[in-house]
Amino acid sequence: MTDNSQSNNQFVVELHGITKRFPGVIANHDIELLVRPGTIHAIVGENGAGKSTLMKTLYGMHQPDEGTITVNGNQVQFKTPTDAIAAGIGMVHQHFMLADNLTITENIILGDEPVDGRGRIKFKEARERIETLMKSLGATFDPNTNVSELGVGQRQRVEILKVLYRGAKILILDEPTAVLVPQEVDELFATLKRLVADGATVIFISHKLDEVLAYCDEITVIRQGTTVARTTPSQVNRRSLAELMVGSDLPDPSGRETKVGTEIRLQVMSLNLTGEIVGAKLALEDINVAVHSGEIVGIAGVEGNGQFELCESILGLRSILSGSISVCGQELSHTETRDRINMGLSYIPFDRHREGLLLDAPLWENTFLGREENQSLTSGPFISRNRIEADSRSIINRFGVLTPSEQVPAFALSGGNQQKLVVGREMASDPKVLLAAHPTRGVDVGAQAAIWDELRHARDNGLGVLLISADLEELIGLSDRILVMFDGRVTAHLDPATATPEMLGTYMTGEVQGAAQ
Amino acid sequence: MKNQRLQRMAVTSASSLLAVFVALCICAVILLITGKDPIEAYRTLFGAAGDTKVLQGALNRATPLMISASAVAIGFKMNLFNIGVEGQMRISLLATAVAGAAIHLPAPLHVLFCLIVAMATGALWAAFAGWLKVKRGVNEVISTIMLNFVALSLVAWAFDSFFRVESTTGSLLVKTKELPTSAWFPDIVDRRLNGMFFVAVLVLILFYVLVWKTKFGFQLRASGANPGASRVTGVNPKRMIMISMLLSGALAGLVGMRSLLGDVHAYQNNLAEQQGFNGIAVALLGRNHPLGIFISALLFGYLGEASGRLQLIDIPKEITTIMTGIIVLAVVIINEAVKRWDDRRIQHKAALALEAVAVAA
Amino acid sequence: MKFFKSLSTGQRTIALSLGFMMVLSIVRLFTNADDITSSGTISSTLRVATPILLAGLAGVWAERVGIVNIGIEGMMIIGTWFGGYGAWKWGSWAGIALAIVAGSLVGLLHALATVRFNVNHVVSGIAINILAAGTTEYLSIIFFKGQQGGGESQSPAGKGGYGEFDMPFLSGGRIGSWRSPDMLGWIEKKHDLPLLPDLAGLLRGLVSDIYIPTIVAIALVPITAYILWRTRFGLRVRSSGESPQAGESLGVPINRLRYQAMAISGGLAAFGGAYLSCVFTSTYRQGQTGGQGYIGLATTIFGNWTPFGVFRGAILFGFPSALKFRDEKNVPALLLVIAVILIAAAIVSLLKNKQLLASGLLIGAAVSAATYFLVDEVPQEFVAATPYIVTILVLAGARQQLRPPAHAGIAYRAGENH
Repeated sequence: MTDNSQSNNQFVVELHGITKRFPGVIANHDIELLVRPGTIHAIVGENGAGKSTLMKTLYGMHQPDEGTITVNGNQVQFKTPTDAIAAGIGMVHQHFMLADNLTITENIILGDEPVDGRGRIKFKEARERIETLMKSLGATFDPNTNVSELGVGQRQRVEILKVLYRGAKILILDEPTAVLVPQEVDELFATLKRLVADGATVIFISHKLDEVLAYCDEITVIRQGTTVARTTPSQVNRRSLAELMVGSDLPDPSGRETKVGTEIRLQVMSLNLTGEIVGAKLALEDINVAVHSGEIVGIAGVEGNGQFELCESILGLRSILSGSISVCGQELSHTETRDRINMGLSYIPFDRHREGLLLDAPLWENTFLGREENQSLTSGPFISRNRIEADSRSIINRFGVLTPSEQVPAFALSGGNQQKLVVGREMASDPKVLLAAHPTRGVDVGAQAAIWDELRHARDNGLGVLLISADLEELIGLSDRILVMFDGRVTAHLDPATATPEMLGTYMTGEVQGAAQ
Repeated sequence: MKNQRLQRMAVTSASSLLAVFVALCICAVILLITGKDPIEAYRTLFGAAGDTKVLQGALNRATPLMISASAVAIGFKMNLFNIGVEGQMRISLLATAVAGAAIHLPAPLHVLFCLIVAMATGALWAAFAGWLKVKRGVNEVISTIMLNFVALSLVAWAFDSFFRVESTTGSLLVKTKELPTSAWFPDIVDRRLNGMFFVAVLVLILFYVLVWKTKFGFQLRASGANPGASRVTGVNPKRMIMISMLLSGALAGLVGMRSLLGDVHAYQNNLAEQQGFNGIAVALLGRNHPLGIFISALLFGYLGEASGRLQLIDIPKEITTIMTGIIVLAVVIINEAVKRWDDRRIQHKAALALEAVAVAA
Repeated sequence: MKFFKSLSTGQRTIALSLGFMMVLSIVRLFTNADDITSSGTISSTLRVATPILLAGLAGVWAERVGIVNIGIEGMMIIGTWFGGYGAWKWGSWAGIALAIVAGSLVGLLHALATVRFNVNHVVSGIAINILAAGTTEYLSIIFFKGQQGGGESQSPAGKGGYGEFDMPFLSGGRIGSWRSPDMLGWIEKKHDLPLLPDLAGLLRGLVSDIYIPTIVAIALVPITAYILWRTRFGLRVRSSGESPQAGESLGVPINRLRYQAMAISGGLAAFGGAYLSCVFTSTYRQGQTGGQGYIGLATTIFGNWTPFGVFRGAILFGFPSALKFRDEKNVPALLLVIAVILIAAAIVSLLKNKQLLASGLLIGAAVSAATYFLVDEVPQEFVAATPYIVTILVLAGARQQLRPPAHAGIAYRAGENH
């Protein structure tokens, strides 16, 4: 523990021993965070490492189960974000909370409007205050424009103005550069440097190590819920930082007896996909992937770097800008999703609630979802309820879904069992290509091993799998080859037998592999 | 575990029954405040159940309600709100009356012809709203309401300008040319219960089979329950919306057929009563399920018929309209609360059952 | 075009209005449809438009806070009944006041259902419409049956007036017992002149035959705009409908605002209804609203959820009906007006290089003009359907310009996000 008299001047924010548990998982345990005033402090870690949970604790969105928070030398307890705001902390979320049809000024002053006695807003006063703040940011927009007209970088500035307007001296930014193009990133950090020069402190969460090393003063690394390192850019380089992030233990790749087939099941060539805002960054750039029969190709990468868009493009749910997609040699770029599925494409979706399950429906209807063309489950235009229910029971048994019966509605199942059901369903239709996104997310260890066995078994029988995962054990353990995706591009091809944690971490955080493998 | 389903059904019916009970209570209070005797009122209202004439009248009234509710329910399955049943019904009434009177066919064929024309025109009018939603993103609530009024004007103008025929009996009501008897739908009980009742029941049965027993029905329900999951399996949401609106409109077209083919045999201006909103009420009370719709339609039909008795003891029959409105609000509120309670119950039970399994293993 | 864009909004409005009057004037001279711009028509338009205006404002208040209000018609019906009852029992203004209170309560009911119980907004609105119809029918029988002048479906006449007056000098109003000269009326009658009689008619229509409730209703337009855009309450209301998440993260009490705004919405709608049964006529009659609540909803959309837009819409939708009441034979002249406007719009499209749109507009203009020459009268049903058809066209065609509150109608439970 630091000496109290020292901590009065040394740190503006101190978190000691922070532990936060959620049902079934320990998100943070024994975290220590020490932030010096007037610095840009980066918090680095993978998805699920516990960074967001920690920041929510600091912002008062929930209380820690153990540990203390000290701000400006005073120990505090934040019951709501209002308490945190009062202590001078402001948070800029990853997903902006702006009202499009209101002006910038209105968005900033909302909830804290300067009014006269009759409830009239004193726009002149607000405007003056905002313009002063804008100068310190270097922002140049007209505060009377509607937010709807702003680009992403400018919206972020408005969010920053929002917290500054409320007197925030400590700013927390959650993955601020996730949606910005390089030029906007430069502008953002210039802004942050200006703020820091004016006396603010910035904490930002990121997994992009280039930026972290270039712009911040201090770094705290969080891995698997706890602090593993505190360092500065001068003490580390990209590789060592990546290794800290990812850990130095990797599982061994398990051997296989069968060989990778020669038939190409899935071929993606030169795939380009526009991003959400036309004219800005491409969501996917020049993607080339090939999956053979009997092969599992793993895609490593932090979530949000294009993996989702890749799957949707392969399925035909998005119109690609250019490039080609073929399954079993058949060019699919202009085929309907339904037809692609009928050709043997299966998909374990990223979000089982939003895309994988009918929560209010019984399990037998859920195992039938997407398989309406299966002749063995239908007779003519009618569904064969008995056969569907029997088929459902067999999937439930085979994949160890724990449920009293197939009549239970899906919402009643635990997350892990829901996932098992989805995996079972997608593999039950004997596909030719399986797109598996986090197939064992939320699943306990025993069931995870069982699912892996099923995947290996299917692979041995010829199935080609594109495996997208952030679980390194899963990737290394199952894949025959690993591709790394970052920022919408494939940045590396690795052999699981020779890949090291620092290699993975490096490529996952922005470095591009020089020569082809 | 089939009784899982029965349990669910019992819970859903419970909320509907509770809603009716709440409405009866509130209406009793209203009656008391305005100086009427609720006990007398309810005794008269429900006492009429002994009269076969009333029961037959109730079945007659229930007929269009069943079809109207089915039209609304099919839309609901896809999260679509077809408030345009009234307009679709009106258009198809006029069209069927005119087309039916213009041609001659042997009896069963003529009736079939009329039914087909009715469904086609209803579907056509609903297709406008569907097209507006799919192609231009116009919310179907607004577009169907607007189209209702357009239909009202269009039909009134067309009737007035082209299709009206002066009455031969000197009555003040003007109609279109009367349908030949080959197009008259036969009465089961002469002048009291019309055979269209069985057509309505058939509609409910087909509704059940289509939505719960076919592939298409499954995709329809999936699309409405989770558009994201359905989309991922390749179901085209726009196609589903269009088909749903067409089906809904086709059914809406049938709503007026009892009056047209079984009663008046021509179009006249007062033929399209408040079937649109009452259909929504029946669908909501029946929880969008054919069996629930059947029972609710009978209930509302009965209330409509028996309410005439209330006049005899000086109670305005409009109390039943108030009852309808309260039922609509009450059933959705209660259902929301009950569903949340039931969801927790199921989750709890499932967890308990799993613990038992784990212990046994 | 550039010159036009360089004008300020105020100047642009004046220029457009003058241009429009010019068109009306020319058409009047050509068709001899003098009533197009007569003061009688104008003042009648104001009266017809007022209930629609109030219903439209009710829609603005509800949707701006995030609640879809299909029940405006029902709230208007409540307003007609309580207005009729109050005017009969206690006198004119009491009727309006009673109606507003009743309407606010119904508005609160809608808010309760949608906010507290999470009922689907449309379902709640429909329930309210059913309840309103049933309740007023029921209450009419209880209270009006057997009363002198009343009956099962109408109330006895309301007592008292509403301060109707004509403005002195401009339109021959009284000062004391002396009747001042009617200057505008004199100009108006010079039918051979262009533009002047039309302007005179317009002005005189605005200052003659005025009822105070009309003035109050029209005044509510800038008042609503002021509250919504210049006060803290209004900003918070608008943010609730636009992005409740943003507001909640900043401490805005979303639920309380929704109750308040819905009370206002209900009160306005009921005021519109009371206007029908107290000012426009002096009795409540069953079915009096005749769908004007829905026209009000259409006006909300047509007016792009702004008070001034609603005003424009109400006038636009009310004008053909008013003209029809005055003299049926004048209505076809409107077809020529439409034709001229479409031609002007076509020219503008050509300047913007939208040939396809321009040709469509020209075809429309030709059809409109041809219809004028071919028919003697426009069927009343067409006139009645115009607001609905126009709204559908606007919704389908002008998607980009329409800016509904982003979160209207979407269920939102305060405290349940992230």
